[in-house]
Amino acid sequence: MDWIFLSELTVNGALTGLLYSLVAIGLVLIYKSSAVPNLAQGALTMLGAYVVLAFSDNLGWPLWVAIPLAVVIMFFVGIGIERVALRRLAGRPIVMILMMTMGLDIFLRGTTLAIWGGSSRSLNLGVSYDPFFVGDMLLSRIHLVGAAVAIAIFIASVLFFRTRMGIRLRAISDDYLASWSVGISVEGGVALSWGLASIVAVATGVIWGEVQGVDQSLSLLLLKGLTVAVLGGLDSILGAIVAGIILGIMESVGSFYLDALVGGGSRDLIVAGVLILTVMIRPHGLFGRHDIERI
Amino acid sequence: MFYRLSGVHHNSYKSDSKMFPVRTDRNAIIFFLLLGLAAPFLIPSLYLNGYVLPWLIWTAAVLGLNLVTGWAGQLHLGYGAVMAVGAYSAVHAAKFGIPWEFALLIGGLASSVIGSLFAFTALRVKGLYLALTTLAMQFVMDWVLTHSPAISGGSHASLQAPTFALLGQDITSDAGLYYVAFGWCVLVTIFMLNLKRTGLGRALVAVREKDFAAAILGVNSFYYKVIAFAASSFIAGITGALLVATFYFLAAPEQFAVHVSIQVLAMVIIGGLGSIIGSYMGAALILLMPGLVNQVFSASADVLGLEIGVETLAHIPNAAYGALIVIFLMVEPLGLGKLYANIRDYLMVWPFDQHKK
Repeated sequence: MDWIFLSELTVNGALTGLLYSLVAIGLVLIYKSSAVPNLAQGALTMLGAYVVLAFSDNLGWPLWVAIPLAVVIMFFVGIGIERVALRRLAGRPIVMILMMTMGLDIFLRGTTLAIWGGSSRSLNLGVSYDPFFVGDMLLSRIHLVGAAVAIAIFIASVLFFRTRMGIRLRAISDDYLASWSVGISVEGGVALSWGLASIVAVATGVIWGEVQGVDQSLSLLLLKGLTVAVLGGLDSILGAIVAGIILGIMESVGSFYLDALVGGGSRDLIVAGVLILTVMIRPHGLFGRHDIERI
Repeated sequence: MFYRLSGVHHNSYKSDSKMFPVRTDRNAIIFFLLLGLAAPFLIPSLYLNGYVLPWLIWTAAVLGLNLVTGWAGQLHLGYGAVMAVGAYSAVHAAKFGIPWEFALLIGGLASSVIGSLFAFTALRVKGLYLALTTLAMQFVMDWVLTHSPAISGGSHASLQAPTFALLGQDITSDAGLYYVAFGWCVLVTIFMLNLKRTGLGRALVAVREKDFAAAILGVNSFYYKVIAFAASSFIAGITGALLVATFYFLAAPEQFAVHVSIQVLAMVIIGGLGSIIGSYMGAALILLMPGLVNQVFSASADVLGLEIGVETLAHIPNAAYGALIVIFLMVEPLGLGKLYANIRDYLMVWPFDQHKK
């Protein structure tokens, strides 16, 4: 057994997993405040990457201008989506909310591709492609950067949830009726969480755009983000980070052994399997609250 | 005007359990049934087999999903996978030499077995978590289909369906294929129309409304959930098999991929949960819309003299399809079926509309 190779798989898997956590954090932010599973997070990620590209590529502006501008724009896109589409569905059956986010996913994806075209484009952050050596292990630099961004977003959100606004959001996620009755603007809080999730989507889009190019496949990150979010517990940001690492390692090590057996492509199978098993065994995930309704 | 009733009233249980409380509904259905029978003589075969036939088959699929989502209230995002099971088992059975009648049954039963597996998740979780599990199962099924050449038919991943035949007669003419689809759609519709009049249908509705309450009334919610999933999967399996046998003529994994599941669910939602007439309208809207939007855009680009890129034109139908779902959920979350019911209820008392809502 080659221990260095195994540890390389593990560490790289964990780093990739942290990149999945980025998607999951966006999902968790929205689910926490409004119990809406945002199946459009993948499309938002894609849109974020394309908006950054629109400034940096089409207009030729430097990235340090393009990314903050995209963050501002996406923040308002997120708030707009909540205001226009999701708010009037509050209290409707979950099937309609799910269908709404799926419709948004299809709509955002179609619109983005209609505007900017479907061919894959590269988003160059200026991170070198040379591998980074730790002992004998080869690590990818962009994955390290992405993992650092994921951790930074996690820390930022932990700090944010200690501010006055963050406490309001926590109150909303705890009991929105009670928050309403003490004068917290629940609508404002939910809209803010959509804005924040869209900001996270920009970060995700930029990192993943650098990793695999900016195209339609960015929206396929949804399934992995969803699996990470469910495994971590849909309302726990810490859970999203931990579950991302776990899923990344399982995927990377598991697919290494499984690919030899089934002839490739077992990554998606592992992800789907983890999702099914999590829901069957522990629907509230690792760190989620226990009040999920069972039969 | 069209309605000679003033509202729907019941004086007996018998009248309450009538299939059509409004007589005009029954007359309309008879009219459309005759229209459907006469369609091959009225519509050019290009439109008949290019639009009407897939519409009828998808309507059968939508009715099947409506059984489990609209009646029993269980979310199902893996309907495409269940259709795939039926399609592939039926085509393999037919290739093996089994007559198509039995091949279809085999497809339906195979789908029922696999579809009941979905029900076992419904035993444990519901709502969002059921949706996520069925979605994951859809991905597993996609993976199995694309990674097992024995099922999907070799390296090209396409499986030619043998010539469709019923009662020993090869059916190859356009009208013949149309009548097969029409007959299946009518069968499913009759089943669904009668379902709400039976104890089974009432039990499913009870489970949908509140499973605890249903259990207290002595309705075994797990049993009825399994029944709902099995019945709807049976419909899905035969529908999938007929889709391959009469429309696609060859089976490929992407015909039953996750976007198909989402499309059928979109048809159910846009048509209206638990609405039969809505299922017809939802399927028609979603199937026709991309072509219409494309024509509108290319025509208006010609008129305005705008250059729309090929890629843009290719993605506009998708954007419009998403927008359609979003707008429908915003404007009328209960779907086209509810719109129809609103118009009917309005006309029923017109022009003496006494109670304003």
